[in-house]
Amino acid sequence: MGAIDVSEIQTFVHDVVVIGAGGAGLRAAVAAAEEGLDVGVVCKSLLGKAHTVMAEGGAAAALGNADPRDNWKIHFRDTMRGGKFLNQWRMAELHAQQAPDRIRELEAWGAVFDRTADGRINQRNFGGHRYPRLAHVGDRTGLEMIRTLQDKAVHTAGVAVHMECTALRLLLDKGRVAGILAYWRDSGRFVLFKCKAVIMATGGFGRAWRVTSNSWEYTGDGQAMAYEAGAELMDVEFTQFHPTGMVWPPSVAGVLVTEGVRGEGGILTNNRGERFMFNYIPEKFAKETADTVEEGERWLDGDKTARRPPELLTRDVVARAIAAEVAAGRGSPHGGAFLDIASRRPAEVIKKKLPSMYHQFKELAEVDITKEAMEVGPTLHYAMGGIRVDHDTQMTRVPGLFAAGECGAGLHGANRLGGNSLSDLLVFGRLAGLGAASYIATVGDLEVSSDDVVAGIRKATAPLNRESGPNPYVVHDGLRDVMGRHVNIWRTREGLEKGLVEIARLQGVVGTVKAHGTSQFNPAWSEALDLPNLLLCAEMVARGALLREESRGAHSREDFQGERDEWGSRNIVIRKGADGAMETEVLERTAGPDGLAGIANASLEDLEGNRG
Amino acid sequence: MAERVLRAWRGDRSGGRFEDYTVEADPGMVVLDLVHRAQAGPAPDLACRWNCKAGKCGSCSMEINGRPRLACMTRVGDFAPDEPIVVQPLKAFPIIRDLVTDVRWNYQQNKRIAPFTPGPAPADGNYRMSQTDVDRVQEFRKCIECFLCQDTCHVIRDHDKKADFVGPRFMIRLASLDMHPLDTVDRIPAVRDSYGSGYCNITRCCTEVCPEHIGITDNAIIPLKERVVSRFYDPIAMAIRAFFGTKSEPGKRPMAAPQTKVP
Repeated sequence: MGAIDVSEIQTFVHDVVVIGAGGAGLRAAVAAAEEGLDVGVVCKSLLGKAHTVMAEGGAAAALGNADPRDNWKIHFRDTMRGGKFLNQWRMAELHAQQAPDRIRELEAWGAVFDRTADGRINQRNFGGHRYPRLAHVGDRTGLEMIRTLQDKAVHTAGVAVHMECTALRLLLDKGRVAGILAYWRDSGRFVLFKCKAVIMATGGFGRAWRVTSNSWEYTGDGQAMAYEAGAELMDVEFTQFHPTGMVWPPSVAGVLVTEGVRGEGGILTNNRGERFMFNYIPEKFAKETADTVEEGERWLDGDKTARRPPELLTRDVVARAIAAEVAAGRGSPHGGAFLDIASRRPAEVIKKKLPSMYHQFKELAEVDITKEAMEVGPTLHYAMGGIRVDHDTQMTRVPGLFAAGECGAGLHGANRLGGNSLSDLLVFGRLAGLGAASYIATVGDLEVSSDDVVAGIRKATAPLNRESGPNPYVVHDGLRDVMGRHVNIWRTREGLEKGLVEIARLQGVVGTVKAHGTSQFNPAWSEALDLPNLLLCAEMVARGALLREESRGAHSREDFQGERDEWGSRNIVIRKGADGAMETEVLERTAGPDGLAGIANASLEDLEGNRG
Repeated sequence: MAERVLRAWRGDRSGGRFEDYTVEADPGMVVLDLVHRAQAGPAPDLACRWNCKAGKCGSCSMEINGRPRLACMTRVGDFAPDEPIVVQPLKAFPIIRDLVTDVRWNYQQNKRIAPFTPGPAPADGNYRMSQTDVDRVQEFRKCIECFLCQDTCHVIRDHDKKADFVGPRFMIRLASLDMHPLDTVDRIPAVRDSYGSGYCNITRCCTEVCPEHIGITDNAIIPLKERVVSRFYDPIAMAIRAFFGTKSEPGKRPMAAPQTKVP
């Protein structure tokens, strides 16, 4: 390649660039624009296709519409307990307090949630939430949310959306964010965005696994760009396996089956017809969980004195239980468990409350869920960990770099409660937009280094320019094998060490891959460019998992079963060391502020009816 | 495992041709799986949009054996074993490359439509709407913006009236706003004058291809056309409006907040 003239590259100037157009990115963009900023949203896909559309069950917020006993303190308590107390106290507090306003605001922007009898936003039950708390629209809440935010964003002055544009690297000026380098997917041309702040809202990295609910976009781009720019990551070892993904046919293995099925009364059984979840109730939740089928049935019938059935325990517990039943030979024909809603609710209720599940099974698996049970098993769904941020502003330790949503860390700790992701996007998306606005007010002129831009372009075009090399799809498939074998739901020291060796080997190979064809809308080239990000995230997960010698939340070690007290007060932080190698640090947590710790450990009776 | 022939259109704005790829097909596979198999093997640079692979995002729209469909929801087993699976880009939009078309026009239409504008919220901050009143709005909001209806609409596809008619997808967007109990904007004049409701002659092709099974024609376009007729061509309705204004029309009935305080 000849000399690159940076001045000839198409350039946009914005105050802030948001990378990612899912719920967090769009909410951040609206918040920043409403503060008077010029905002550019850069996203890999078309607008409205981000992974948020896949969210089904609902958005958790203590509105108290469906059960007036609910309030933010109980939501906070549920979130901390669900996260096994590794959540950042302040973030869990902000989230629980602000989620109701964010949901009401979404309604004022056009979202049409399901209603209560008196016309307010209805709420449904979900795992780990004490009360029906999820504002929802049947089982397509994510679609409702993304469409609402999309409409809001395109009609908000100051927001420009750059679709099908992939960010490649952050550009810094003396350590501060000054822009990004990206390329248009349709033409393959490079584009420069100059700005004073970047908000990462790029979602997770589930594509490292074969059985996952995540779309092709989920390659950890934001995490990797932030890491390379000097930001820290935290809690990355906690990867959520959603207990109910489809298991058959193979082509759809991993596709999500909403927790709403269980929220609406669905039960899990093994091949002997046993409701096995009664055998997997953890000590910590025993007091608040029904211990007989009879009590579970009364709860379903609306008896408020009955405790919740164990199918609604947190996702980590249910996923491990299903895996254990399958391992013990009690699985369904295709290696999962049976999820039965057909015998629990009339067909018309199922079609009304779970319409997309009905269609998904009918069209992809030829199963009528109003007549027969579904087969389900764990699927990699969500990254609890991610980019470490300031709790109130969402800024990383790199000045001008912010993160919100799944690519950020802190709210969910060791395990995320279902429904807390959609409210996370809204609460922290907005705070990141506001954080960026107040940061920008303090920043003077910045410059982008031409050398950085040229280096970025040379690196990106290398897979196209190489004469020959391995096929990037094959390398990706190799990574999925490694993660499935060594960094899966159950982990061991030996497996993780082998996994790290394999990941390192693939990191070597990925620098030699060849993308055939031109740069125009070339999926092989995107694959070649996304893969290093995915491999970096895979390495972070394995390193964190190796270090954490206990089983907590979504992280399960066969060789260190059960929670260990000493690890209950530690978060693992990962960063790029001065020598360029990955560095881990075990961070001792500070005790929670008195008020919050008190709430997290309070009895429910103390918190109910307390709407402070 | 059976072998299938995937016949994919390859090319760009300057032209192209069909290429055959023979790929392995497992039981239960969908057409998008065949595209992915081709990418991982003989056609690594075959351009194709996709995201969720579960019929929820509307990205993988293409024409499969002559019909606009989502590749992720079209099962390979639905075609005869020896029948090639023919995939080509949406015809109504300019080609970018292979199976990918330039659908930006659709996004421009959305921008032209006045956004949702509710009245003030009740004192307790909670808007009230009854489920029966939102049922019909929710039907339209199931739309995943796959643009298959836009692709099949002959006003757009055959007559290229993109400057005059927003197409079925945005007729349901307009219907969802018009029927929203809280919305306060009157878009009926624009439905006729700017968005071109008169161009639709109710052939229901859009409804037939909708993967979300939305009653586009019967539940959205026909009611909007009726609203236009009663507004501009019905003398009695026009007289009533002269006295009571447009806001009292059906479809704008927010529930009142209860007088008693919510516990």
